[in-house]
Amino acid sequence: MTALRLADVACRRGGRELFAGIGVALDAGEAALVSGANGVGKSSLLRIAAGLLRPAAGTVTRDGAVALLGEAHALDPELPLARALRFWIGSRVSMALAALALEPLAEVPVAMLSTGQRRRAGMARIVGADAPIWLLDEPANGLDKAGVARIAALIATHRAAGGIAVVATHQPIALPDALQVALG
Amino acid sequence: MRATVIITRDLRRAWAGGGLWWPVAFFLLVATLFPFAVGPDAALLTRIGGGVIWAAALLAALLPVERLVAPDVEAGVIDQYVVRGVPLALVAGAKIAAHWLGFAPPLMLAALIAAGLFDLPAAVLLRIELGLAIGTPGLAALGVATAALVAGLRGSGAVAGLVMMPLAVPLLIFGAGALDGGAAAMKLLAAVSLVLTAGAPWIAAAAIRSGMD
Repeated sequence: MTALRLADVACRRGGRELFAGIGVALDAGEAALVSGANGVGKSSLLRIAAGLLRPAAGTVTRDGAVALLGEAHALDPELPLARALRFWIGSRVSMALAALALEPLAEVPVAMLSTGQRRRAGMARIVGADAPIWLLDEPANGLDKAGVARIAALIATHRAAGGIAVVATHQPIALPDALQVALG
Repeated sequence: MRATVIITRDLRRAWAGGGLWWPVAFFLLVATLFPFAVGPDAALLTRIGGGVIWAAALLAALLPVERLVAPDVEAGVIDQYVVRGVPLALVAGAKIAAHWLGFAPPLMLAALIAAGLFDLPAAVLLRIELGLAIGTPGLAALGVATAALVAGLRGSGAVAGLVMMPLAVPLLIFGAGALDGGAAAMKLLAAVSLVLTAGAPWIAAAAIRSGMD
């Protein structure tokens, strides 16, 4: 059964305590919205949930594969978008491109994409990752209104299929019944 | 995700933009500098030629070190490997294989030209090629471990040189030592290369992991 548990998690960066005592318990179909000012540790919380960062205290348990949308898009800039995505998600590229309305850009080198297009390309990697736990760091950065709505719809579809989503953002994204995690 | 996929990607990135020719051109340039520096004494050049080729090979292996690990850390590629459960030692091992494939075969070809410049006898050339085949995996491993250690540092290129050069000295000693035809030096070269190749993935993985915290 898909699940993500953060129990009493604390994070220290550079000798400074960013947050402590954070608890998040998500089961299939549930979502969490992480909010807070810049530098309060939203990205760190997501990296702890992904297993990239060891928490200073507390425990993290994940039941299911993780797809992480970080600050960097992890796509080779010199490659056409479709090929760069294929490295991570293989044959699910066309499905992922279609989900983000990126088909017209399939043959465009990643370096040529705009900020918003790159964000959508990063999101295409998540959609194609076939992982039940989505950890999204500022998925709406640089996106227009239609783009934000599309991300919200993708997250809703993912949850309806039994997935989990943790979204860190300072922009409003529609996440019905999401657990609110306020940092700072 | 399999190691071959990572090797293919790293190799493609190394060769894109003419990266294949940089170490070769650099290697030949260093080899060409020596006759200018020590003068056109044919007997002397033949005597030092093998050692020069080894020193030039070491410098050429150092050239792409900045591009081996740091760009992948910055682009979040390493994060994605970790999230997918790919062991970092496997990533480092694949990077060593890709680095070796990227610079060693072209370097061994270029050694033919360098041997011509120094008018080396065929027997010495053969021992150079054999030594390079045995020693370059160790150089590649050292390069990746160094790249992982200095990733994220400012001015990492200069630091990489300071870290890598002293550790490469054993390869240089036994590589150049094997040119006299001693089988013992060749065996010690193989031993050093093996130790470096076997140890480097774990060192590189630990360095990358500690850089994430």
